[in-house]
Amino acid sequence: MKNVLNKRNLITLVIIGVLFFVVQLLIKERIITAYMRSNIYWIGIYIILGLSLNMIIGITGQLSLGHAGFMSIGAFAAAVVLKTNPTLTGLFIGIGIGVLISLAVSFVVAVPTLRLKGDYLAIATLGVAEIIRIVLNNLSVTGGASGISNIKMLMSWPLLYTFVILTIFLTHNFKNSAIGRACISIKEDEIAAEAMGINTTKYKVIAFMFGAALAAMAGSLFSTTYYIVKPDSFGVNTSINILILVVFGGMGSLSGTIIATFIIGLVNIVLQPYAEIRMILYALILIIVMIFRPQGLLGSQELSTKLLPNFKWKRKEKSS
Amino acid sequence: MKKLLSLLVAFLVIGGLTACSSGSGEKVAETIKIGVNLELTGDVSVYGIPERNAFEQATAEINAAGGIDGKLVELVIYDNAYDQAKAVQNTEKLIEDGVVAILGSATSGMTLAIAPLAKDNGLVVFTPSGTNSAVTMDGTNVNPWAFRACFIDPFQGQVLANFASGDLGAKNAVVMVNSGSEYSKELARIFTEQFTANGGKVVETASYADADTDYKASLTSIATKSFEVLFVADYAKNAGLIIGQARSTAGLETVNIIGPDGFEDPALNDLAGGAQNVSNVFFSTHFSTLSNDQQVADFVKSHAAFTLEKYGKAEVPSALTALAYDAAYMLFKAIDNADSTDPAAIRDALEALEAFDGVTGDISFDKFHNAVKPAFLIELNNGVPVNATIVNP
Repeated sequence: MKNVLNKRNLITLVIIGVLFFVVQLLIKERIITAYMRSNIYWIGIYIILGLSLNMIIGITGQLSLGHAGFMSIGAFAAAVVLKTNPTLTGLFIGIGIGVLISLAVSFVVAVPTLRLKGDYLAIATLGVAEIIRIVLNNLSVTGGASGISNIKMLMSWPLLYTFVILTIFLTHNFKNSAIGRACISIKEDEIAAEAMGINTTKYKVIAFMFGAALAAMAGSLFSTTYYIVKPDSFGVNTSINILILVVFGGMGSLSGTIIATFIIGLVNIVLQPYAEIRMILYALILIIVMIFRPQGLLGSQELSTKLLPNFKWKRKEKSS
Repeated sequence: MKKLLSLLVAFLVIGGLTACSSGSGEKVAETIKIGVNLELTGDVSVYGIPERNAFEQATAEINAAGGIDGKLVELVIYDNAYDQAKAVQNTEKLIEDGVVAILGSATSGMTLAIAPLAKDNGLVVFTPSGTNSAVTMDGTNVNPWAFRACFIDPFQGQVLANFASGDLGAKNAVVMVNSGSEYSKELARIFTEQFTANGGKVVETASYADADTDYKASLTSIATKSFEVLFVADYAKNAGLIIGQARSTAGLETVNIIGPDGFEDPALNDLAGGAQNVSNVFFSTHFSTLSNDQQVADFVKSHAAFTLEKYGKAEVPSALTALAYDAAYMLFKAIDNADSTDPAAIRDALEALEAFDGVTGDISFDKFHNAVKPAFLIELNNGVPVNATIVNP
């Protein structure tokens, strides 16, 4: 087995550390303003959501249209706990509860639907997200249709960064694990995968529950960033917005999702003052990208430190 | 190559836009910047757009009259698309833009998202139409920086109950409530309390789901009861259908139907299956163009002229328009009274406003920053408002 502390991992660690301290310093020196910071929070939360959905759609090839439902479970779990215990401990308890409920709900949905082949999951998840929303609408502990307001704002750059890096680490390792490989084989050809002895239902359920749990975590962070949660924030539109990040970045590419979220975050900032034309331009940009890069920005490729030596080598070859 | 081209096009579009924005940013220093955070796109843009029009009209008028203390007012308008993440980001941006106060949002939900942030940054947030009682609260205390220009739902429930037992002389009432709507449930609860306190009796409370479209079964069962007034505590989407189906149910053809401000919707008559079905219908609201107040008549005229010139279509002011118009003028008055653009001074002056003479009536704030003001009770006959009764608090 290779040493964990090899050169490549060290470079990655250094990049992670440097990025953290650079942004932290910029925030401290007020070069990154409060407005930019709240946009960074948005980008961070949607990176987690995008990566979690990528586990289901990109890696395993199962279309889920109910991601916002699992997000709302985490959001409301954290909001309820934060109302009685407005501390970081409360947030972590909320995340824990949200993740557990989300795992349970996703298990119940996944086991019957993922035994089938095809796009049944899309319809089932669409329905589940609606059920979750309607349950929240009528539950008194979550404040009914008007939701929960005055949630303690605990979001900070270190907190966000920890969770984003944790998510990247988990999803990256998932993708490169034996389970991840099995999932990719299901995406490529389900019948062939089954013939190779892969229990397709089992791996589809694992990937789906993994994605749902991460979505709940992102939902918890969402509720402590934006002061309120209400059930209608987690409708099918939100699910589609997360789906866009995955398709835009390239299905199966983690770095693609991250880059796509950054680009869409930036587009949102630039277009902010133009209310009327914002949605048109936003859609136009998506259409243009889809025409020229139908496989998404990165396709299924990854941008990683692995590329560094390759890059040099290619340059040399060209010049000779 | 193609990839490069696509990227190039995308960046040119973005670049062109940023260029415009930085060009218009240079203004004379002597302006008072007021932030506007509204739902201009998305699901509830029908609430945000009339309010923006009213803010712009009030601003144009005050600037034409020489501004406030010699300084012109400049609105900085951002759209939150009914998305709390955008509402919060807009507020951060407005704070950076150096606004002295924030007008908005149109809905309670968005106002709840920005009120804590405004409080932390010491900036007034003034919603024309957020009726949820939590909007101006910080836990059990009042949020010192949050204000609203409208009355809240409990007041509407009381007004309607008093109207039912007073003007309509009803002793027995039936309440229909949307179990999927907080608005509906709260109104039904307050109405029942007040109506019972007035010596009346709610003989039945019928619940339905938000997505229901067929109310025949519960209306037929209601028709067997003996009562004088039917209270439908909902928006026009459901209330319109209920009115229409009630009028074709034996025993309910002419019964008095009353409702909250949610009835005020151009779609009500169509939903009720035609204007001929909408008679003996009463609802409470914030504003009526039927008022014989000269100020209201002037506002109706000036708003039509302003919207025709600015947007090419003359608009009739709705309750939201009128509330936003009053909110803008109340804020201007507060800045004028404060003789300062210091946010804290503006806050104090706004809180101290007494009996402000607006187009929606005389407005003061109670200790929870809710507007204390009259309600209008509108009677619909063949779908047309025929009568407006002012009910004082």
